[in-house]
Amino acid sequence: MDVAPILTFAKLTIWEASRRKLLIALVLLTLAIIVGTSFLMSRLWTVSVQNGRPPSEVEVRLIASQLLILIAFMFAAVLALSSVMVAAPSISADVESGLVLSMLSRPVRRADLVIGKWLGLAVLVVAYAGGSGFLELLGISLTTGYVPPHPVQLLAYIAGEGLILLTLALLLSTRLPGMTGGIIGLVAYFVAWVGGILGGVGVAIGNDALRHTGTVIGLLIPTDQLWRGAVYSMEPASILAAARAAGRLNSGNPFLVSNPPAFAFLAWAAVWILGLLALTIWSFRKREV
Amino acid sequence: MLDLQERQAAATAAAASPAIHSVDLAKHYGKTVALANLTMTVPRGEVFGFLGPNGAGKTTAVKLLVGLIPATSGEGWMLGKPLGDRQVRRRIGYLPELFRYQPWLTAPEVLRVHCELARLPRSSWKTEIEGAMTLVGLAGRERDRVGTYSKGMQQRLGLGVALLGSPDLVFLDEPTSALDPVGRHDVRQILHHLRERGCAVFLNSHLLTEVEMVCDRVAMVDHGRVIASGTLDDLLGGKSCRIRVTGLDPRQRGSLRAFGDLDDDGEWITVRGLEPERVPEVVDEIVRQGGRVYAVEPRHLSLEDRFLQLLGEGEKNS
Repeated sequence: MDVAPILTFAKLTIWEASRRKLLIALVLLTLAIIVGTSFLMSRLWTVSVQNGRPPSEVEVRLIASQLLILIAFMFAAVLALSSVMVAAPSISADVESGLVLSMLSRPVRRADLVIGKWLGLAVLVVAYAGGSGFLELLGISLTTGYVPPHPVQLLAYIAGEGLILLTLALLLSTRLPGMTGGIIGLVAYFVAWVGGILGGVGVAIGNDALRHTGTVIGLLIPTDQLWRGAVYSMEPASILAAARAAGRLNSGNPFLVSNPPAFAFLAWAAVWILGLLALTIWSFRKREV
Repeated sequence: MLDLQERQAAATAAAASPAIHSVDLAKHYGKTVALANLTMTVPRGEVFGFLGPNGAGKTTAVKLLVGLIPATSGEGWMLGKPLGDRQVRRRIGYLPELFRYQPWLTAPEVLRVHCELARLPRSSWKTEIEGAMTLVGLAGRERDRVGTYSKGMQQRLGLGVALLGSPDLVFLDEPTSALDPVGRHDVRQILHHLRERGCAVFLNSHLLTEVEMVCDRVAMVDHGRVIASGTLDDLLGGKSCRIRVTGLDPRQRGSLRAFGDLDDDGEWITVRGLEPERVPEVVDEIVRQGGRVYAVEPRHLSLEDRFLQLLGEGEKNS
C-alpha cells in the first residue's frame, strides 16, 4: 500500500488546523484552564472539613479525585465536540468549494484522502488528549499529590471518545454539509450520554426495556462506555469500593463506576471505528464531485 | 526477452495513441442527460477547443475524462490508458472551472502539495515551483497566502498547478474566466508554448474568439450532445460576404439566394458559402437590378457565427 498520498493529506489536515489558528486557540484555552484548576486544587489545603480543622492528606486526595472527574468530563466534552466540529466540514467543505477537484485529478485514490484526513484529525485528537491530560494531571499532582490509579488508560479512553466522534463526523461529511453533519454529531454524542444513563437506570430498577435501549445506543455510538472507562481509571480504591458496595443501584450514575468496560466492548469500539472508516471511504467513492 | 519486447510494443502503442479517444461516452443524472454519446479524438500535441453554451455539458465531459466522475455508458482512453487509470494521471494537468486552492497556504506551498501528490521527484520540486510561479506571473507574491489573492491570481495559480511536471495532456476548464485582458493574453502565450512542446490541451470555453485564436481543432456541444467537430478550417470552410444594399424590393433581395444562403436584416445582406472570386458577380447583379451598394465586406465565417448558426439549427430540429 502506497502511504505517501495518505501522509500528504494527513499533513495538510494538521497544517490547516494550525494555520487557521485552531491549535493555538485550543492550546491557550487549555493552558488557562490547567493553570486555573491547578490553582483551585492548591486551595484544597485551606478548606475546613470538620470543626474548622484543615483536611488531611488523604482527604485532599479524595476531594481531588472527585474534582478531577469533573475536570476530565469537561476536557472529554471539549475534545468530543471539537472533534465533531472540525471533522464535520472536513470533506464536505472541500467538495463544495471545489478544492478536491485538482487534488483528486492526481494519481491518488479517494481512500487516500479519507484515510489521510482521518489520520491527521486522529493525530490532533490524540495529541490534545495526551498533552492536555498530562499537563492537567501534572498540575493536580504537584498541588495535591494525587495521581489517578490508571492515568494512561484515562487519557486513552478520553482520546477514544474523540476518535469515535471524529470518525462519525467524517462519515457524515462525505454526504452532508458541515453544519448538518456537525449538529447530527453533537446530537449523537448527547444521545449516547443519555442512553448510558437510561441503560444504567434500567439496570438499577430492573427494567429490561431501558437496559436494552441503553445497550443498543451504547453499541451504535460507543462513547459513553469509554467515558465510564475514563471514570474508572480515575477512581481511587476507596471510591471504587463505595461504588461496588452500592451495587447495581449505582448503575445510572455516569460519575461513579464499578468496573471498566469489557474487553469485548473495547474490541467492538475498534471494529466500529474501522467499519465506519470503510463506510466513509465507500461513501466518498460513490459521491459525485 | 519476450516480456521486454511486449513492454516495448506496449510503450510504442501508447506513444502512438491519441491524447484522448472516446466512444459514446455518456453521463446521466437520473433523467437528465448531462452528456450524450461523446465520440471524439484529440490528437497529441494539439490544442482542442470544446465549446458550448453554459450548461451544455462541457465541465461534465472534462470531469469524465479526468476520471473524477464515472461514465453512465461508453468508454474512453487517455494517453493510451482507459479513463480512470491512476498512473496516467501522473502525466496530466487539470485546471478546474471551480478553481480553489487552500487559502491558508502560500502559492509555493500549494504547488509543493501538488508536486507531492503528482509524485514528481523531490529533487525537481524547487525548480518546478519557481518555474510555475514565474510562468503564470506570480513571482514576487511567494510569501502571501492564497486567501489574499484576487480571483485572477488564484486562476493563475491554478494554471501553474496544472502545468507542474510538464504534463503530456492538460485540461483547462474556462481558464480565463477570471482574468483581465493581459491575463488572457498570457494564457494564449502559454497555450502556444504548450503546443510547441508537444503537449495536448483540452480547452473548455465559451469564449469563442479566444478559442479561434489558439485551437487547432474544436468540438461544439449543446444540451449534452456534440453538434459539430473538426478543424477550424472544416467548420468555417464556408465563405461569406456582407453587403450593405438599398433600392431592392424583397423579391429582388431574395433573388440573391442564387449565390448562397442569405441572412437579410433589411440593411445588410450576408451571403454564405460564397467563394471570394464570385463577390463581383453579386455586386454586378445587385446593380443590374437597380440596387445601390454602400459597402462590401468579404470575410470568413467567424466561429461565433458558425456556433450561433449551429445552435439555431439545433433548436429548429428539436
